[in-house]
Formats: sequence, C-alpha cells, structure tokens
Amino acid sequence: MAVAPEKPRKGLFGIREKPYIHPYLGGALLGLVLFVAFLLTRNGLGASGGLNRLIAAGEDLVAPGHIDRTPYLLKLAGGSLNPLDDWSVPVVLGAIVGGFVSGLINGRLRPEINKGPRVSNGLRLFMAFAGGAIMAYGARMARGCTSGQALSGGAVLSAGSWALMMCIFVSAYALAYFLRKFWN
Amino acid sequence: MNLFPLEPFLRPLSENPWTYLVFGVIGFFFGFVLESSGFGNSKKLAAQFYFKELTVLKVMFGAIVTAMVLIFFSSAIGILDFNLVYVPETHLWPGILGGLIMGVGFIIGGFCPGTSLVSAATLKIDGIFFALGVLFGIWSFGETVDWYWTWWNTSGYYGRLTLMDVFHLPTGVMVLLVVLMALFMFWGAEQLERIFGKRDLKKEPKQRIFGAAALIVIALAVIVLGEPTTAEKYARLTLTRTVDGEKVTLPAEEVLVHRLVQIHPAELLDTLADPRLSTIMLDVRSEADYNLFHIRGARWTPLDQLPDVVPSLLAADANRTIVVVMSNDEAAATDAWRLLVAESVPNVYILEGGINNWIAVFGQGEADILPTPVPGAADRLDYSFPAALGDRYEAADPNPHEWEIEYTPRIELERRRGPSGGGCG
Repeated sequence: MAVAPEKPRKGLFGIREKPYIHPYLGGALLGLVLFVAFLLTRNGLGASGGLNRLIAAGEDLVAPGHIDRTPYLLKLAGGSLNPLDDWSVPVVLGAIVGGFVSGLINGRLRPEINKGPRVSNGLRLFMAFAGGAIMAYGARMARGCTSGQALSGGAVLSAGSWALMMCIFVSAYALAYFLRKFWN
Repeated sequence: MNLFPLEPFLRPLSENPWTYLVFGVIGFFFGFVLESSGFGNSKKLAAQFYFKELTVLKVMFGAIVTAMVLIFFSSAIGILDFNLVYVPETHLWPGILGGLIMGVGFIIGGFCPGTSLVSAATLKIDGIFFALGVLFGIWSFGETVDWYWTWWNTSGYYGRLTLMDVFHLPTGVMVLLVVLMALFMFWGAEQLERIFGKRDLKKEPKQRIFGAAALIVIALAVIVLGEPTTAEKYARLTLTRTVDGEKVTLPAEEVLVHRLVQIHPAELLDTLADPRLSTIMLDVRSEADYNLFHIRGARWTPLDQLPDVVPSLLAADANRTIVVVMSNDEAAATDAWRLLVAESVPNVYILEGGINNWIAVFGQGEADILPTPVPGAADRLDYSFPAALGDRYEAADPNPHEWEIEYTPRIELERRRGPSGGGCG
C-alpha cells in the first residue's frame, strides 16, 4: 500500500512553509543585529522594557493620578513624562512587524496552537498565560528579560546579566522534569 | 572623539526624531531573525529543556559571542567608546531571584517576552496568550514592587560591573574565555542532540568550523591590540564648547589652555545652591590637607582612586549632574580632569585656583585661617589652620545669599539621554 506523501504545510495566502534557518546562522545574524544596535545607539535589544512603557502609557490614560502615587510608575510616566519616549518602544514595535514579515514570507503565518501531544488546547493556553505572567514578573524584577539582560547584558559582559542568565537556565532545567508530560 | 555610538543617540531622542526610526529598523531585524530561527514556535523552545534540540542555546550564545567579539574589537581599534555603551547595572539579588522566576515562566509558558511577540505576530494562539500574560505580569510588578522597593533598589547593587572587573582579567582574555566556553557548550549541545535527539552530526554544515575559528581569531586580536589606555583616549578627545556665542570643537588640551572649564569659586557656590543640579565635588588632595579644610560635601578622592569612581559617574544622570574636581591650586585637579574626560564622564569642571583661591574668596572673615604662602611651591595649601576641622569652618559652607560676585559662567550642561531609559531592556 502506497503511503500518501505528506501534504506540505502552508501559511496564510497559500505560501508554502520553509524550514527555519540553521541555529548557528541565526545566532550569527542575531549577534550582528545586536552589535549594530550597540555600535550605533549604545543600547542593545529589549522586549519587556518597551512593553512596560506601553502598559504605563495605557495606565496614564485611564488613571494618571494612580501613576503619580506609585514610585515605580512615576519614573516612567509621572507628571508630563511621556512613557513612550524611549528607545525600547520602537524596538518592540519593530520586532512585532519583523516577526510578522518573516512568518508571512516563510509560510509560517497561520492561526495554530503549538503544544505537547497530550495536553488540551485549554490547558496549553492557560499555561501560556500563567507562564507569561510569571516570566514577565521575574523579568521586571531582574530589570530586563532574556533580550535586555541575557542577550544584551551578556554581550557587553555585565556581571549581573551573566548571573541572571545562569539562574534562568537553572530553574527552567530544574522544573523541566516535572513538566515532561506537558511538552512531550 | 570616537565615531560610535553616534552623537545624536547620546542626546534625548526627541531632539532627533529620526532616531526612533533607527530603533524601529533594529527591532524589525531583531523580530525577523527571531522568527527565522524558530523562536516563534514554543515546541522548539521547550525542546531545549529535554536535550532533543538545543536551538535556543545555540542561537542565544551564538548571538552573544558574535556581538561580544565585534563590540570589543571595535573598542580595541578605537571606533567605539565602550564607556558610552550601556552595560546593565548589576543588582545581584533581584537579578538572581528574578532570573529564577523567569526560568519557571519559561518552562511553563514556552516563551520569553521577546519570542512571544514574534509568535503572536505569526498568529500562534499560545504566543498570543503568553504575550497577554506578559502584559498582566508587567502590570502586576508595577503595582507590587512598592512592597519591597528598598530591597529591589539596593540589594546586591554593584553599579556598572563587568566580568573583567569580577575576575580581574584583561578585556581580551575575558572575551577569549567566553568564546571558548561558548564553543565548548556548542560541542556539548551537539553531543546531546546526537544522543537524545538522534541527530546525524555528519549533516551539520562544515562552515561552522570556520565560524568558530573566526571567533577565536577576533578574540585573539582583542588581546593583542589591548583596550585603549586613558592617555590614548585623551589624545584623540575633542570637546564642544560655546565661545562668544558660537559652538566650537577643540582638542581637550586646548579647552584647558583657553580656560573654558575652570570655574570661579562663586560659580561653584551658585551651582551647589541650584536645587535642579546635583553637584559632585571630588577633592584630589592629600588626606592631611583634606582633613585640615575642605568644602562641605566634597569627597576625598586621591588621583590613584579616581578610576574607581568613573563607573558611578558614568551611571549618574548626565542631565543634572556636574562634576567639579579640586586640588590646592590647579595642577592635580587638571590631571584629574584629563582622566575623567578621557573616560567619557560628561560635565566635568575644575575649581579655578583650587582650594587656595576658594579660601581667598570666601575665607576673608575667618580670623583662624592664616595665609602662609610658600613662594614657588606648586599645589601646596597656602593657609594654616588652628585645627583639622575639615568642613566645620564657615568658609567651607558659605551662604550663597551673602555673596554677590561677578564671574564668567563656564558651566554648559551637556544634555544626555539616560542610557537605560529609566527602566531597562
């Protein structure tokens, strides 16, 4: 009996899915982007900082008085400060567009849920939300996430960034065993 | 002046709106490369933690070492001023606890904030939910950090601290060690993929060997070239000052000769009294002279300890911080000025005529302070004091409202943007 050839997966607009680039090539290209960022602008890359400012801007619209009573938010958006006037905001917006374009031209732009084979969609989405909340809380406590601290701070050899990077891997590996059924 | 970072990026961005666009383009390529490497797919990210596919490690450390060797090579050949590059400050304990929390979120959710954005942008529903969780987590942090505000701001705070400082190694050696560590990790990752992921290593591209060799060669070049010394940085330094209403750019030594950074004692007094400014006074004299008399608020910082305070001066808010160096006359203070400006500290000035001149101006009413000039002696205290009262003389803290002295103002506040933007990356 002949096995039907697997249908090639497609993204929106019928674009055929292409494989991901080799990890070393991806690393070199990402390193190049990071280098150019530091060279031109003195800043590296970041994600959570820019998102933080978008949230502060939202809060400033809804409850400006609350901002002016909260020391942390005061630094971002207190008084007449514009929380969006910062390098991290265009970087975040650019990253969203860049990810979208890469997904589109490589046929990976389509609604789907990536998960382990044994879990329901509902559980996966709940865990995604919870993981996002936990990760972001830790990222703000550490003053930067994997992009702003591990990647950017790592490249300029910041001692704190390297300590933090090790901690991310240590706790993720420590917990991975208990979640093996969730992902495999 | 070093070519990079580009001058407009050191000033507030709103002065040059096109700079936002540059950041947007950088972000675009950031997102593009993340997605192209598979970081929009949570299964690929989670596989890292089950040793089947170590893409995350390869991309991340590949990016770190690539950027690192290029950054320090650019610094070694003198086109990039590393003092101006933003090095995330070390807050050790909040970083460690935050990192541990992040690892939990990573394995539960399958993303980190940056990768969830590209995942959401390619319509992965789990990525969208993770990104929503991120927004909720960030909001929660802003609402709760007040409960442990002091701990978060002060615990394990070391300021701008690099691995070179921690291990007392030359920059090039540290760079080479990190490259070798990364290459060892790549080798280990490939072995794990062979064992757990059943991957055939023969199919891996041969070019990766050349990449590894290139990293080692550049790291060796950084060792051979060495980081530029303070004297080399000073030799190519130019400063922009306003002379007769016109901006002129001069070599640093000319700025000294034209006396554009020597401020009159009365200007220092007015600056100290200005609540919008934070004035850091560094007294570089001997400890004995400092104990006899110093201006109230001045920090005793002898020349050999000066390099240690540079990182904290670089981290200070340049939009309101003025640094004033002082010695008995001007000789030692001028050496201090040369060192600080060569290390890219902004807004540094010299107290004109030093402490001797300060006392000549503000010490007239002090019966106890007697002039005892020694002709021909350089940088020596020209007064005698009945006791080592330090800053408890009236002349150590004159009342600015009692003195009306005409002077030519020299201080021009050089506006700079906070490198971290009040939060962080």
